[in-house]
Amino acid sequence: MLIFIVRRLGFMVITLILASLLIFAATQILPGDVATMVLGRFATEQALDNFREEMGLNRSLIVQYGDWLLNFVQGDWGESLSTRADVRDLVMERLRNSAMLASVAFVMYVPLGIVLGVVAAIRRNSWVDHVISVGSLAFIGLPEFVTGLLLIAVFALRLDWFPSSSAIAPDAAFFERDTLERLVLPALTISLVSLAYIARMTRSSTAEVLSMDYVRTAYLKGLSRSRVIGRHVLRNALLPTVTVVAIGIGWLIGGLIVTESLFSFPGIGRLLLFGIQRRDLPLIQATTMVIVVIFTMANLLADILYGYLNPRIRFR
Amino acid sequence: MSASVDAAAATPVPTRRSRGQTLRLYGRRLLRQPIATVGTVIFIIFLLMAVFGPWIAPYGFEEQSIPDRLQSPTLQHPFGTDNFGRDVFSRIIVGARGIFLLGGTGTILAVLMGTTVGLVSGYFGGLLDEILMRLLDVLLSIPSLLLALVLLGTVGPSLINLILVVAVLYIPMIARVVRSMVLDLKTKEFVEAARIRGERDSYVLFREILPNALPPLLVEASMRFSYSIFLVASLGFLGLGVQPPSPDWGLQINEARNYLEGAPWMLAFPALAISMLVVATNLMSDGLRRVLQPGREDS
Repeated sequence: MLIFIVRRLGFMVITLILASLLIFAATQILPGDVATMVLGRFATEQALDNFREEMGLNRSLIVQYGDWLLNFVQGDWGESLSTRADVRDLVMERLRNSAMLASVAFVMYVPLGIVLGVVAAIRRNSWVDHVISVGSLAFIGLPEFVTGLLLIAVFALRLDWFPSSSAIAPDAAFFERDTLERLVLPALTISLVSLAYIARMTRSSTAEVLSMDYVRTAYLKGLSRSRVIGRHVLRNALLPTVTVVAIGIGWLIGGLIVTESLFSFPGIGRLLLFGIQRRDLPLIQATTMVIVVIFTMANLLADILYGYLNPRIRFR
Repeated sequence: MSASVDAAAATPVPTRRSRGQTLRLYGRRLLRQPIATVGTVIFIIFLLMAVFGPWIAPYGFEEQSIPDRLQSPTLQHPFGTDNFGRDVFSRIIVGARGIFLLGGTGTILAVLMGTTVGLVSGYFGGLLDEILMRLLDVLLSIPSLLLALVLLGTVGPSLINLILVVAVLYIPMIARVVRSMVLDLKTKEFVEAARIRGERDSYVLFREILPNALPPLLVEASMRFSYSIFLVASLGFLGLGVQPPSPDWGLQINEARNYLEGAPWMLAFPALAISMLVVATNLMSDGLRRVLQPGREDS
């Protein structure tokens, strides 16, 4: 098990270094001259030179990259070009808000998705199954910005149960009535797609396990239904779900970007969009790297969990 | 190379069927699955809309008429009009073209490149395989919407750039599917036989392995296309996709934001279009899986 984890950690470090190279290249090399991009096409030659000097853009790209990566690892993420604020403080504050939103969503959709999927599989081809299957299919087809707008139209504008904007103060306290109220609609928005996805995947894996010989054996040796399902079916059926939940974290991040923008929620996704609109390179690079690190660690965690639950792949 | 050997190579299964017979068999299998058939039919309707859109649409998608702005659905404007008095119905029909152009072309490019990488990686193996797979891992380590935003943010959201970004995002998944098929097929007798006959690597790859890797590739491609609809629409919504005044569905929904109460049809119909196309493509993809790879999943 230890070897497995160390091996995966090694892979993760290599992947992260290559990803940082990709992000650096995508933001710094591709578009041509950074100084012109930031200062605009009509900046004077003198201003451009000063900017290049200040940002250290005169050095070779390899030196720039090495410098940037070293600083990033040490926690010096630079200064935002558009707001002159410290990027690290900004990112950390928004990250906390996004984590808040994501965890509310996560707690909503993971257990519910698994329960719905298992129920649909057990009652296969009954009306319950059909309702869950058709419902999940419909929600898979709806992007977050559509479900979000529908939720706003119904629960904010028509029924007036929740506020339509989630523009909380960036440093708002989590456990306050106002904050929580404003989290409900965006969390629901993020949840629906993932909920549908997890329900579908759990249904198909549970259905597959239910058709296995050892399940029939378990029934035939006289075990009760709840015991067969609890002891034999779920343990095996939920294995792929672990992977699905991990893959879903990528979706969750995408969903966060769209949802935060829709609800004006001060999270990391909105910060990234802000950075892109202002062409704020240090901000874009830092937010992207932070998201990639979190995403990669979530995947690693899922791998380890999978290896722990499924001893067969441990020593591969 | 004589024709008889070719025929034997193309059909590894003992029962030999002509191409026409195979297609008819697939057709019969598809028709036995009503839900998948419905999905395929809806998909084809959208495809026809994309091709013939400008000729079907009753109004031009840019045709503004301020006196007619924000009209609820009537016979003249079945889906109502938007804040510029443009016909929502026409804009949806013409908008289908953008989705197919971006998502479709992007997916096809991804299939071409991903297949090449997967074939080479799986067939030759070794260090090359290791390097290619690590590189794909890097692309996969960045959530797709995030990567798309960062790339488009720097290179700018032109049509070509959007297509290329969709392609880059989906290469890794397709390469992985093809690679795993190649690893499996490589050990089969008919591939061994071709090698012993002294066929060149390119022959073995393209005439023996690729045809047998096609079914899962097609299924994967249709899945990717349905994701790309999502992606393109999300990018349009965030303002980094197709630019106004183009009738992109995501963009239309973004424009509907300010008129949720007064003109809900501006949101409802583009939303319905996206959802229908994504669901139809998913159903078609499920159907394809069962038609092309029977026995793999029988639920």
